[in-house]
Amino acid sequence: MSASGDRAGEQPRAPRGPAGPIPAARAIDRLASSVREAAITAALAFGLFLPLIGFETVTNMRNEVTLKTRWPLLFAITAAVAIGRLAYMLTLGPALGRRRLRAAPAPSAWRARAGGLFVPFAIALVVLYPALVIVLNGSSGALKWIDNFGIQILIYVMLGWGLNIVVGLAGLLDLGYVAFYAVGAYSYALLAKTFGLAFWILLPLAGILASFWGILLGFPVLRLRGDYLAIVTLAFGEIIRIVLVNWVDLTNGYAGIGGIPRPTFFGIPFNAGDDGFAAVFGLEFSPLHRTIFLYYIILALALLTAYVTVRLRRLPVGRAWEALREDEIACRSLGINTTNTKLTAFAMGAMFAGFAGSFFAARQGFISPESFTFIESATILSIVVLGGMGSQIGVAIAAVIMIGGTEIMRELDFLKDIFGQTFDPTQYRMLFFGLAMVVIMVVRPRGLISRREPSVFLRERKTISADLVKEGRG
Amino acid sequence: MSEPLLSVRGVTTFYGRVQALKGVDLDIHDGEIVTLIGANGAGKSTLMMTICGNPQARDGVIMFAGRDITRLPTHEIARLRLAQAPEGRRIFPRMTVLENLQMGATVADPAMFARDLERVLELFPRLKQRLAQRGGTLSGGEQQMLAIGRALMSRPRLLLLDEPSLGLAPLLVRQIFEAIRLLNQQDGVTVFLVEQNAYHALKLAHRGYVMVNGRITLSGKGRELLERPEVKSAYLEGARLQ
Repeated sequence: MSASGDRAGEQPRAPRGPAGPIPAARAIDRLASSVREAAITAALAFGLFLPLIGFETVTNMRNEVTLKTRWPLLFAITAAVAIGRLAYMLTLGPALGRRRLRAAPAPSAWRARAGGLFVPFAIALVVLYPALVIVLNGSSGALKWIDNFGIQILIYVMLGWGLNIVVGLAGLLDLGYVAFYAVGAYSYALLAKTFGLAFWILLPLAGILASFWGILLGFPVLRLRGDYLAIVTLAFGEIIRIVLVNWVDLTNGYAGIGGIPRPTFFGIPFNAGDDGFAAVFGLEFSPLHRTIFLYYIILALALLTAYVTVRLRRLPVGRAWEALREDEIACRSLGINTTNTKLTAFAMGAMFAGFAGSFFAARQGFISPESFTFIESATILSIVVLGGMGSQIGVAIAAVIMIGGTEIMRELDFLKDIFGQTFDPTQYRMLFFGLAMVVIMVVRPRGLISRREPSVFLRERKTISADLVKEGRG
Repeated sequence: MSEPLLSVRGVTTFYGRVQALKGVDLDIHDGEIVTLIGANGAGKSTLMMTICGNPQARDGVIMFAGRDITRLPTHEIARLRLAQAPEGRRIFPRMTVLENLQMGATVADPAMFARDLERVLELFPRLKQRLAQRGGTLSGGEQQMLAIGRALMSRPRLLLLDEPSLGLAPLLVRQIFEAIRLLNQQDGVTVFLVEQNAYHALKLAHRGYVMVNGRITLSGKGRELLERPEVKSAYLEGARLQ
């Protein structure tokens, strides 16, 4: 396998052979083309950054806008881009070019083995994560790491897995996924505040309501695919948000809903009172208890999403989703009801968003339409695309990189020592977000994990039939 | 003769305002291989698609196994065990060969899966080595075999094949036609074959229909049609040289 792969890798080099059998000549050739590339890139960068960085508008004391130039910075950035391009051309570039020409890389044995170990290891890590953080940071520093990192990332992992059903498996491009997240959040907030129902009763209810809205969206878009579907779902997401903004009587508009009841530990609230969690279990009160509890709730919800998806993929409905992604006409001619298949995909995806939404409301204690803008849908979709459509492990890794990465930008205080005290790394979050996307798409155009695991193997079928025989005899 | 398995009576079909079928009558009896030949754009594929309910006939009646299927949606027609290997194969490219075959068995009894799979692999041994391979990586001939095999997994009473020889090498065409003959003889599957390769199709079929401009112009026993001068001149020029 590897031998054939290497041979395929050599092929593109062969035509270059006649240019010079002497290695030195070829090296000079390559250097020259790299320098040329770098010069073109530098020119492009200069043109692009000239208006963006070269000029700056400054408001002076008399409130007048004046134009300032920043030539040194512009030249520094252009030089950095040129040097970066040159380094890329001389090192990584040729290797990447070769890889692209190769057919699907054959998975080697060690990779399959590592893949088998990866999931249990990752689950063990996330289960032990709060304990690890407390050991490393002490209980005061741990709050931030569990809340901002752990819970935040897991919410997006769950949303990514939910959207993965719709986009990755069923192939229905949904740009308004955040609408169902909002439905779940507002369902929990309103029902909990109005009727005083508990989190654990409202969680499934929020899921059901969200999936109801999923079906509602599904009906009008049944005949649409691709770009057209994307536009309608985008509009749907905006409609939900605008209704939340304008229906002030119900949703309190932009002001949002505050004082949303927090989840309790089997009826025991997390507060400093006498019947609070800390008092009942004889612990010293700490806000960390609730955070850890919330962490495990979202972890359980996320794992439930993953488990259900894995199971569904092996059932007729899951296989029908994937077949629908591949070819709708063939599906129909094989007796698959594509209407129901699409609606179940929308409903399932929406249900998990509803779960995540009600968890979000319970965790924040406050929600407003600001949390459910299009950028959220875009973030979730980019997590699914970057992770590799349909791959659950890929989606989880992408969520860690994208959400964890942007969160970690808040923590890079040491950069102030380098760039001066006025440097605020959080301002560059979106820049790095975009950069990460571009890098992933260049290196892995089909997402981090593009391999699709077959949902059925011949071996499995044999064991099943053997079981049936045994049952029949007994 | 007994009542036909499939009967098409006075069927017309429109694409928007363009009339593709202008009143088609056609019968297929249990156990037959019937072929429909005709030039490009004669309406052969349209007739096949109309039988499957996509698009639906504007006028006329299509009866299958004693049931009016003219207005049924495609997936319900498939559930009556009228299977179709559509034009252009339309296999699922990212799913494995085995998964493709399993999708074909959607409407079949799951208890029959193992036996049907074995039969399909017996007919198309090349698929056996490719079971774990993605459908999109197969060669054209293998994809055609997979498309037919997938349709067979639903244990059809009537199998509709739309141009199975399209774009295949002569040797592969012969293999596919041989498989169709075996299916009909050994498994008793009734086959309706739409073909441009008139010579092979008429040699294989019990009966044939010739379609011109959305109308059936000729019909008869396969070998008799082969000898008809108008068929010879229109569809068989040079075909024998293959």
